[in-house]
Amino acid sequence: MASTQQLNDLTTQVRRDILRMVHKVNSGHPGGSLGCAEFFVALYSDIMQRHEGFDMDGQGEDLFFLSNGHISPVYYSVLARTGYFEVNELNTFRLINSRLQGHPTTHEGLPGIRIASGSLGQGMSVAIGAAQAKKLNNDAHLIYSLHGDGELQEGQNWEAIMYASAKKIDNLIATIDLNGQQIDGSTDTVLPMGSLKEKFQSFGWTVIEISNGNDIDAIKMGMAEAKNETGKGKPVGVLLKTVMGHGVDFMMHTHAWHGKAPNDEQLAKGLKQNPETLGDY
Amino acid sequence: MKTYTYTEKKDTRSGFGAGLAELGRTNPNVVALCADLIGSLKMNTFIDENPDRFFQVGIAEANMMGIAAGLTIGGKIPFTGTFANFSTGRVYDQIRQSIAYSGKNVKICASHAGITLGEDGATHQILEDIGLMKMLPGMVVINPCDYNQTKAATLAIAEYDGPVYLRFGRPAVPVFMPENEPFKIGKAIHLQEGTDVTIVATGHLVWEALEAAKSLSSEGISAEVVNIHTIKPLDEEAILKSVAKTGCIVTAEEHNFLGGLGESISRVLALHNPSPQEFVATDDTFGESGTPSQLMEKYGLNSAAIIDKVKLVMSRK
Repeated sequence: MASTQQLNDLTTQVRRDILRMVHKVNSGHPGGSLGCAEFFVALYSDIMQRHEGFDMDGQGEDLFFLSNGHISPVYYSVLARTGYFEVNELNTFRLINSRLQGHPTTHEGLPGIRIASGSLGQGMSVAIGAAQAKKLNNDAHLIYSLHGDGELQEGQNWEAIMYASAKKIDNLIATIDLNGQQIDGSTDTVLPMGSLKEKFQSFGWTVIEISNGNDIDAIKMGMAEAKNETGKGKPVGVLLKTVMGHGVDFMMHTHAWHGKAPNDEQLAKGLKQNPETLGDY
Repeated sequence: MKTYTYTEKKDTRSGFGAGLAELGRTNPNVVALCADLIGSLKMNTFIDENPDRFFQVGIAEANMMGIAAGLTIGGKIPFTGTFANFSTGRVYDQIRQSIAYSGKNVKICASHAGITLGEDGATHQILEDIGLMKMLPGMVVINPCDYNQTKAATLAIAEYDGPVYLRFGRPAVPVFMPENEPFKIGKAIHLQEGTDVTIVATGHLVWEALEAAKSLSSEGISAEVVNIHTIKPLDEEAILKSVAKTGCIVTAEEHNFLGGLGESISRVLALHNPSPQEFVATDDTFGESGTPSQLMEKYGLNSAAIIDKVKLVMSRK
């Protein structure tokens, strides 16, 4: 079991990877990626029970589905740094002939990816299907998923949220990245969604709140609580409050860096705030 | 060559239901999903015999497609069931990203296709689905012609690893294909030899093509009738071989001429053997309410329409 310090070191390195990846190709989505760095690190290094290597069916292990596929930089960095593929491949992000497409895909055979995502609102349904397959296979492992808060404006989510409680999908932990930002501004200015906690609860979900989603220990504790709620006849939702752009001061608390890459100077500044820990790719 | 006749009429959707029921008994990985249309899709037997392998999703087709994609992860072979309209246009992006682009082994089974859904009218009919689905990279598109062929196709697609669109209909139509004839995805079936014109038909239009050929024969016109049940991948060789002999072709389908079987065949001919072609298809229009036979007549989708197009195409040789 990795120590908090080790996980924090990995998170810092992941932040460097994210900044360097999007800077190199002058495109990609750093804001949401940075905000979810601790979550991905905790999930892949501590929370999920995973096999070595990758096979699509993933029987006998926990599975993760990323619905808001635009935060691919954090996903790719953590997959590489937890052994799914060589860290050097991060160099190919968004380049032609790369397995690291702008948004995650199974199409190029990148280990660790089980579904294409990017067109928003589809991941919850997929996660539910995978959870039902686990039940049919008498596989007691869990399905984890991550969704943007703005993404919940897509109606398919609510079809899925309604279905999950009706069908007692209690081997699913769906996490919502509550960063309060989307492309055109804050979620409250674009389309206020009211209390997501009350919405999920009224749809029959158990809801766990993690008020500091950029703190490894808080994430571990909250996700342990969520795991403890599985198997009780209800799907489990986690509201993970994060800061978009976390760890890079000029990218924080704004939607401006949703889909914008830093220039050379900004990269240098961001990297200075996140000193190398495990070695750059 | 066999002469095709029939003694009874049955709906092709019942062929799907019978095939699905058989799969329930023979393939433990087959699971089924439905969006509140169990009776229309004839899924009852599968559900009665395999309640744990059936998922009622409610009126939520987008969710159904995503769940189906997820179920493949863990080795299941999901068959989704709803009307053709709600199986394609309504959920195109879900199919595109979560099933086709993700390469998932989902069987999208679509009833009430075409105009012969009838009285419900254009909101529930669809004449664009073949085009929508054949444009998706990697998607197999199948449109069987009768009860027996639909049942055989249902069994065959479970053995194929990859996304499939299986399109069938609502009305009772002649059952004329041999029972238990194995179904080969992508392999055309020659129903009748001929020398003057090739008629290539799919779905409900296959029987109409046979009727047309019979009538043409009494006028001294020898028509070759080919059943293309698989629109993608297309049996190009069978088409080219037939047209090399006859020199002209009529394509017949219950679909818009834009994006349908006929256009797929035009491409093959343009590349390899440019030849006169006429289309029996709807003319870039929505449907309307009416009985199936009234609609087939009004929209030019029956044997009389095929005969007219045969004479036209032969005059262009």
